[in-house]
Amino acid sequence: MSSLDDIKQMFFLECDELLEALNDGLADIEASMPTGALDPEVINAVFRTVHSIKGGAASFGLEAIVRFSHCFETVLDQMRAGKLPPDAENIRILQRCADHLADLVAAGRADQAPDTATSEPLVAQLNGLIGDEGRASAEPVQVPEPEPEPESDDDDLSFPPLAIPLGPEDLAAPAQMLYRIDVTASAELFATGHEPVHLFRELAGLGDLTVRADTAGLPDLETLVPETPYLRWRLELATDSGEEDIREVFEFVDTLATVNIEQVEPETSATIGPASASEAASAPRNPSAESENTPLPLTAAKQSGAAPPKTAAAEASAPAAKGPKSTVRVDLDLVDSLINIVGELVINQSVLTQSFSEANVANRADIGSSLDEYKSLALQIQESVMSLRAQSVKQLFQRMARIVRETSEVAGKSVQFDTEGEDTEIDKTVIERLIEPLTHILRNAIDHGLETAESRLAAGKSETGTVCLSASHRSGRVLIEVSDDGAGIDRKRVFEIAASKGLIAQDAQLSEAEIDRLLFLPGFSTKAAVSDLSGRGVGMDVVQSAIRKLGGRVAITSAPGRGTTFSISLPLTLAVLDGMVVDVAGQTMVVPITAVLETIRPTRDDVHMMGSTAQVIKVRDTLVPIVDLGLAFGYRSCGLTVTELVLLLIETEQGERWALAVDRIIDQRQVVIKSLEGNYGHVPGVAAATILGDGKIALIIDPEETAQMAERDLPAPAPLLTAIGE
Amino acid sequence: MAEQIEDDHSTGARELVSFAIGEQDFCMDIMLVREIRGWTNVTMLPHAPSYILGVINLRGAVVPIVDLASRLGLTPLEPTQRHVIIIAVLGNQTVGFLVSAVSDILGISPSEIQPPPKVGADATAGFIEGVIASDDRMLRILNIAAVLPRIQMPEEA
Repeated sequence: MSSLDDIKQMFFLECDELLEALNDGLADIEASMPTGALDPEVINAVFRTVHSIKGGAASFGLEAIVRFSHCFETVLDQMRAGKLPPDAENIRILQRCADHLADLVAAGRADQAPDTATSEPLVAQLNGLIGDEGRASAEPVQVPEPEPEPESDDDDLSFPPLAIPLGPEDLAAPAQMLYRIDVTASAELFATGHEPVHLFRELAGLGDLTVRADTAGLPDLETLVPETPYLRWRLELATDSGEEDIREVFEFVDTLATVNIEQVEPETSATIGPASASEAASAPRNPSAESENTPLPLTAAKQSGAAPPKTAAAEASAPAAKGPKSTVRVDLDLVDSLINIVGELVINQSVLTQSFSEANVANRADIGSSLDEYKSLALQIQESVMSLRAQSVKQLFQRMARIVRETSEVAGKSVQFDTEGEDTEIDKTVIERLIEPLTHILRNAIDHGLETAESRLAAGKSETGTVCLSASHRSGRVLIEVSDDGAGIDRKRVFEIAASKGLIAQDAQLSEAEIDRLLFLPGFSTKAAVSDLSGRGVGMDVVQSAIRKLGGRVAITSAPGRGTTFSISLPLTLAVLDGMVVDVAGQTMVVPITAVLETIRPTRDDVHMMGSTAQVIKVRDTLVPIVDLGLAFGYRSCGLTVTELVLLLIETEQGERWALAVDRIIDQRQVVIKSLEGNYGHVPGVAAATILGDGKIALIIDPEETAQMAERDLPAPAPLLTAIGE
Repeated sequence: MAEQIEDDHSTGARELVSFAIGEQDFCMDIMLVREIRGWTNVTMLPHAPSYILGVINLRGAVVPIVDLASRLGLTPLEPTQRHVIIIAVLGNQTVGFLVSAVSDILGISPSEIQPPPKVGADATAGFIEGVIASDDRMLRILNIAAVLPRIQMPEEA
């Protein structure tokens, strides 16, 4: 029982991946719409995902999913066959269906009653798309199981002829096809415990199967290596299942065996009728008699095989490229403890190396090389484990795309949703905790930000509003922006509302930025009428507190008539970043590489004094103030000569440039960010800490804050600089 | 002995870890102590109070190390290999305390604990929640919550 639960759990995990692939595919189709250059494999991939979900759901008796995905699949099949154009309207319906399918899967996972109320209209819509021809097959209930289970003993490859009821339902179903399948197994296939005969038996379940072993590759007994596979198989399968079903059989040996599936059109198929179909099927049905000679249909296959090889080759290479990348879902705590244990391992390794060298045995070649190997292995493990935590924001963005779709529908606004930087990697926990605030912001952007179609047209804008969601790493922080091209913040109204609600004094003098920030006050809601989407009075203040909890900041910029941008800047806490490891007065520190524009080894001529201590460097005609990090962090009391140091040129978010002076650059590597704030608190100029390969802690510099710190200590630089710079 | 400790528990007795800082004896509640480890080199924290020696990596967590002597207003310790770090957990905060040596684990009944004597505005006094006089020495019970470095939020900085 529990093992069945486990398998079911696995199915749902698989569903997550399939749903992601489904969304991806639909997005691809949507993206290719304007050019019209749609890769048929994309639709195939989409079809396969829905089909797989259906298949899995069927084996767990999840009726609602099966029924819905069947309709969904039928529509996709039509689109695949070119009978249904992938236009905007159809894609929208498909996307809605994908969303609903995700809901059904979620309901199935939680053992809840599926939301059939939503299914009905969608199924109706789907049926509307299919048209008369496909409708018959869209009613799965009456269709007899298309893949009959082998009833007889598995060892017996001959089956009683199937009575194929050719009712009206079956007209759209694929007719019996003859497939030629070449299988070459790799040694790995056997090494991992697979056995081709099981695969072949499974294939036999799909239809009539003939198997021939090609023994040509078999060497003499003396030269035979037992572990090397020499056999190849040629299979002929007459079936009414599609090629996907055949591929599915080979799914688990995908990388372990070369499987070439070629569809061979039986000549009789042109005049398909009940009699000829069974005749074609019966042709290869006598395996024992024909196994010595070339089976008869093969010659026929060679003739008609001239046409399809191109598609067959394309099909064969496609699953590798388009198939969902396989992933494992792991408990986050497990990853964390793994990271920590590996950290200990690396420390242990360096301690061991130290002890060996002290014991004067490290010179022995065997010990030395083992130690080196140990070291490189430990570092490799560490590197791979570190990369486990970070995740691209893609899934989050997909989820947001759905929010946008739903919101725009309810709000009755047409919205174009763009995303940027989907590959930006953020820590998994952060991604999870961003869902809610981003949902809020996006809903607000559509509900409040974008104008109605009429007012957009009146303002000379296109009818469709644009909402853009982007993610990027900027000067060591993760920046997520939601921008719309709506009307912008109506500051006068915001002020009035805030004043009327007593949030500010009636006569308060506020700058534009201050007025914008009023949106974040608890209990502030601009919409006069409470709408379904937003405006319950809980809004931006919730966003603000959620982001603050992540240690981030939210900022608004808005231009009247041109739109509003919400920027969420998240600290590196929990995230992974590329860092430049530097030495500052004997302390190892890390500078986020994104912040560094260039590194400079200054010559005496470039550096100028300003006052008694402050120094500036001339970088291509601009003067940039130098901050000696050793001094700024109090690691040394008197500055070194700048020419002994290396300068890292950084740029702040405001576009100011600073040169951070470090003793030397040690390395460049990816580091995992560890919070200082939990156990200690904020350190000025320090963003976080990280643990280096030797187990030591290194501080990650916040270049922005460091520059600000230095700015307070320095005399105002700008006007003086120009004076000296002449 | 074990039996006796058990008995102590039922009568509300406390188990304390006693340790030495320089010449003085202190103790803290054993429930706060997560582990005791040898001195390892720390990573210095800039702009930190003088009693913060720096941070160490404790199985992946960044843990600040407090020089208890300096924190209590005594002569700061010069950390060597012989010194000991007591890792204490209070709420969500994990902190290491540098001490000279850990001596003993004691079961003390509440009646043995006296309120700290009023000795004026000594820096140490505020961090002591009680004293135990035993034989020839005096054990000071540390108020860990008071000794902990205050967590600074970015806004305050």
